[in-house]
Amino acid sequence: MNFLIINFFLISILLLTTFYIFKTTSLISIVALTGIFTLVCAAIYVNLDAVDVAFTEAAVGSGISTILMVMAVAKLPEGKKNQLLNLFPSIVLSVSIVIVLMLIIANLPLLGDPNAPIHLHVTPEYIKESKSIFHIPNVVTNILASYRGFDTLGETIVIFTAGLGVIVLLTSNTLNRKTKFKKKVKKNEG
Amino acid sequence: MVSGLFIIITSQNYIKKIVGLAIFQTSVFVFFVSLAKIIDGTAPILNSINNVYSNPLPHVLILTAIVVGVATSALGLAIVLQIYKNYGSVEENEIKKEELKENS
Repeated sequence: MNFLIINFFLISILLLTTFYIFKTTSLISIVALTGIFTLVCAAIYVNLDAVDVAFTEAAVGSGISTILMVMAVAKLPEGKKNQLLNLFPSIVLSVSIVIVLMLIIANLPLLGDPNAPIHLHVTPEYIKESKSIFHIPNVVTNILASYRGFDTLGETIVIFTAGLGVIVLLTSNTLNRKTKFKKKVKKNEG
Repeated sequence: MVSGLFIIITSQNYIKKIVGLAIFQTSVFVFFVSLAKIIDGTAPILNSINNVYSNPLPHVLILTAIVVGVATSALGLAIVLQIYKNYGSVEENEIKKEELKENS
């Protein structure tokens, strides 16, 4: 019961934060609110027994992501007063997605039900073999590094590609639109 | 979750759009992890006191997804900086205006 009350409280903080992100125009306060959002998410993960996910979220999602955003915002001008565009279609879209998701959630097993199909297959073996075969008490680390090692390898490739993309974008001057535009004009004249 | 989508569609500012994408992602992660919860279970670290553990498999998937999400938003921010360098603005309507002026 306690678990549900804490969860409800944290999720209401999330909703409040999202509302203020929607309302604020100052970019730096949006970034700060995003940090609050991810930190509250880390608290929710602890409440849901996902300790490893919680400290990854606190370190990577709330730490590194916020630092990157602050670095980007430092180079940008202040945000303008937001005019909402596509207001009516987006409200219709959002409400219809909420209705569809609620219909689906009604068919899911209850929160914390130990006989849900997700708990009955592969995972019992993972938990059983973790101690006897791999001698690692932390099952999450065990799955991440040994059972699903290729998954983690793919993840590092994705991060490497993203890093390359960031370096190429930030160091290149060839993309400059104005010089390209002048060249185009010259070509048309000549 | 849908509020993140709403922010992506309605806001003009590109930084705000990226923040909306991050909110969208994080709420999907919370949903995923909530599927792994077992009532009276503990974190999936083997111990001698408790024998009921929450499901570790969604935790692993979400660990991967969080890091990939940060990589995505870093790439998005780099693109936004490049847009600012070329157009002098990060607001969608101003950029559209400038494009129209140039084409005419």
